[in-house]
Amino acid sequence: MLGTRDVYGDTLVKLGGENKDVVVLDADLSASTRTSKFAKAFPERFFNMGIAEQDMISTAAGLATCGKIPFVSTFAVFLTGRAWDQVRQSVCYSEQNVKLVSTHAGITVGEDSATHHANEDIALMRVLPNMTVISPADGIETAQVIRAVSEHKGPVYVRLARCKFPVIYDENYHFQIGRADTLKDGDQATIIAIGIMVSQALKAAEELEKDGINVRVINMSTLKPIDTEAIRQAACETGAIVTAEEHSIIGGLGSAVAEVIGESDHPCLLKRIGLRDCFGVSGKPDELMEKFCLGVKDIVKETKGIVKRKPSTMPSI
Amino acid sequence: MLGDLGCNVENIEQDIDRNIMKKEILDIGMDWGKLGREIRRDILRILTKAGSGHTGGSLSMVEILMALYYGKMRQRPKQPDWPDRDRFILSKGHGAPALYVMLARQGYFDLSELDHLRCVCARLQGHPYNCNTPGVEISTGSLGQGLSVANGIALAGKLDKKSYRVYALLGDGEVQEGQIWEAAMSAAHYRLDNLCAMIDFNKLQIDGPVSEIMEVEPLEDKWRAFGWSTCQVNGHDVDEIRDALDKAEGVEDRPSMIICHTVKGKGVSFMENKVGYHGVAPTPEELKLALAELSLDKDGE
Repeated sequence: MLGTRDVYGDTLVKLGGENKDVVVLDADLSASTRTSKFAKAFPERFFNMGIAEQDMISTAAGLATCGKIPFVSTFAVFLTGRAWDQVRQSVCYSEQNVKLVSTHAGITVGEDSATHHANEDIALMRVLPNMTVISPADGIETAQVIRAVSEHKGPVYVRLARCKFPVIYDENYHFQIGRADTLKDGDQATIIAIGIMVSQALKAAEELEKDGINVRVINMSTLKPIDTEAIRQAACETGAIVTAEEHSIIGGLGSAVAEVIGESDHPCLLKRIGLRDCFGVSGKPDELMEKFCLGVKDIVKETKGIVKRKPSTMPSI
Repeated sequence: MLGDLGCNVENIEQDIDRNIMKKEILDIGMDWGKLGREIRRDILRILTKAGSGHTGGSLSMVEILMALYYGKMRQRPKQPDWPDRDRFILSKGHGAPALYVMLARQGYFDLSELDHLRCVCARLQGHPYNCNTPGVEISTGSLGQGLSVANGIALAGKLDKKSYRVYALLGDGEVQEGQIWEAAMSAAHYRLDNLCAMIDFNKLQIDGPVSEIMEVEPLEDKWRAFGWSTCQVNGHDVDEIRDALDKAEGVEDRPSMIICHTVKGKGVSFMENKVGYHGVAPTPEELKLALAELSLDKDGE
């Protein structure tokens, strides 16, 4: 297990040492987002903006006009919701090189309840022109994502969590913006997942294997620009796709995949696993994952269901 | 004369005190009244041609832009990304017509482009758009964001030990946005003495008088309480604004706020202090009347 936000804090310090243009802004949550590590290492390049997210985003845009590479962090719900218009106008429309890295996304924030669960952040960021959206699956990928976005020119939103994620990658993994990673091949269905749901999907695939169902598992860490080819291929070769995200099924990964399938020539069944148009509640992360049907058993159940629904011969166009 | 002035200013060596030189040049027979009328004529012409846009608030900020662009800021219009340039952020983005006229006169782009304001095939957008308009630092229009952007530029200037100054122009209605006060706090907290903000205090907003819609007074007390150096000036007196800008440059450890008392629709009798001219362009008939009032043959204002 590795905390994506812990890795973020460590990676920022490394980047700060390599590039003096890297600056960091936080809104009074630097201990939680782990930007406090950067603040300690490079105090002159760290700006605590107080509890004022809108000011923080536009200030970052101003820094970016001068060639700085601002990393801006707070909880996902505040970064993407409270300051959405600032992200839209000062960052995206103005094409500023600002990196928005949220922590505490999704319901695994836990006990703090729905006010602090961001289940809409991907939808809010994905709709913005010029924005790149990334949700890493583990700590190893997070380190590479943070490095990649620092080198990428343009606005990026990176979604990290409060809880620790199981490690699924080793150091041989190579993250590339916009490229999906197939973790396991299979031909009866495809599970496309993001964030913590990627490790859940891998466990589900193992369970399904025991029942003789052979599924493909894809980590779609870049939600925008999405890897349309990987989705089309999965639709064509497996005929059934299950998406799994710790986010609303409206506007997130499930929607993004549906948009690609809907405009492709390959008929394909789709089941979206995620928050079904509801707010979260207080509880322990594990309890909430179970309550909102985001567990391994839920992925297994939905995948079996979709495989059963597949016509014996898929019509081809 | 104006074209020559732009070239002279542009070529002045960076290591000389450009402000003083610029001022000397300008003080030799600069007819601010006539220049103001010329700029207002251009603003009204391009608004009429566009058929839409914000007239009242463009006319109220003319002298503020004149003081900045002709009397204060170090800029190289032919090199708009010159790293040491003074920055101007039009936080009240709806004043775009006035800004475009000023940028074109300074030489950032050709005057002929002004004729295509708001046209689908042209680049001059209804509100300032930095990605295609030289001289525009950041896109504005949704109010309240420009001061924060200016803070970011000022912070970068401090980090890089640059001597450039940052100017931001806010609307009086705009200060009703909460983000303005977030930015007011951070500018003072980070001691941004390389920042000077100004308010075009024309007393009117779309729905009526500011005092009736949502009172912003006492404005100066508010900014002072937030830790700013403050002053109030006649926003149609270029020399008074320039003096305030010079004083602001001498302030240490604090950002400066210049509250500019202005008249919305200034210069055209039937537009002055009229709420109705906030977001409406003149008709061709109104333009004719307005241009007659702004005749260039007049002596001074």
